[in-house]
Amino acid sequence: MPAYQRLEVTEVGDVAVVRFRSRRIVDDVDIQEIGTEMFSLVESDKRMKLLLNFSTVDFLGSAALGKLITLEKKMKAQGGKLKLSNIKPEIYEVFAITKLNRLFDIKEDEADALAAF
Amino acid sequence: MNEAAQEPCHWHYDRVIGSDPALSRQVLDEMLTQLEARHWHQRDIFAIHLAAEEALVNAIHHGNGSDARKNIHVVCSLDGHRIRIEISDEGPGFNPSTLPDPTNGEHLQIPGGRGVMLMRAFMSRVEFNALGNGVVMEKVRKNDGR
Repeated sequence: MPAYQRLEVTEVGDVAVVRFRSRRIVDDVDIQEIGTEMFSLVESDKRMKLLLNFSTVDFLGSAALGKLITLEKKMKAQGGKLKLSNIKPEIYEVFAITKLNRLFDIKEDEADALAAF
Repeated sequence: MNEAAQEPCHWHYDRVIGSDPALSRQVLDEMLTQLEARHWHQRDIFAIHLAAEEALVNAIHHGNGSDARKNIHVVCSLDGHRIRIEISDEGPGFNPSTLPDPTNGEHLQIPGGRGVMLMRAFMSRVEFNALGNGVVMEKVRKNDGR
């Protein structure tokens, strides 16, 4: 597995568990690089099961949501599964307002998400 | 032209910055520092942070087309129970009423278009000027009834 600068990727069985190294995902450059690394997990590494653990993330804006939507599309096109977990209440509100909690499979914590693959 | 404390509870900030994310970061940090110093609720701070961030990103990228020669004017007034933020750019403006609803059907899977929606959801009041290149947002402090 290649080294990632913006993401911390660990393997739990056949699931790639991704944590973010940035607490705030807002900066243009950060978002582009995070997007590139997430897409690489799907397109280059051909990961079929991806869990994004947001426990380290305190803040994200709509540009980051855009990257997540594109990631979901790429996973679906490849026949893979994407799940999200450990989202703080304020950030979950962002997903709820934009109704993206319907698009993404969001679980309370990592154990719940892993069990759901 | 910079901030001037009028009385301990009030803060007024008036600044013109270039279309540079690093400068908008400074503006946001100053705003958040003032809110934290006044012990605003964390959820309010998150809401204001998100709305101001989205408005500044819109001004830099959509308004000024990321042209560093074009400016953004930020005016912020903060008192004991309300914050008012005014952000305008030098772009041609847009009509916010023509934005598609990003929560509607297939739009849910389109990556863009959520910034203005989040601004409206998280602030007490959001109004664009007639040209659409300026926005005024207000947030009433949580403890004061919202």
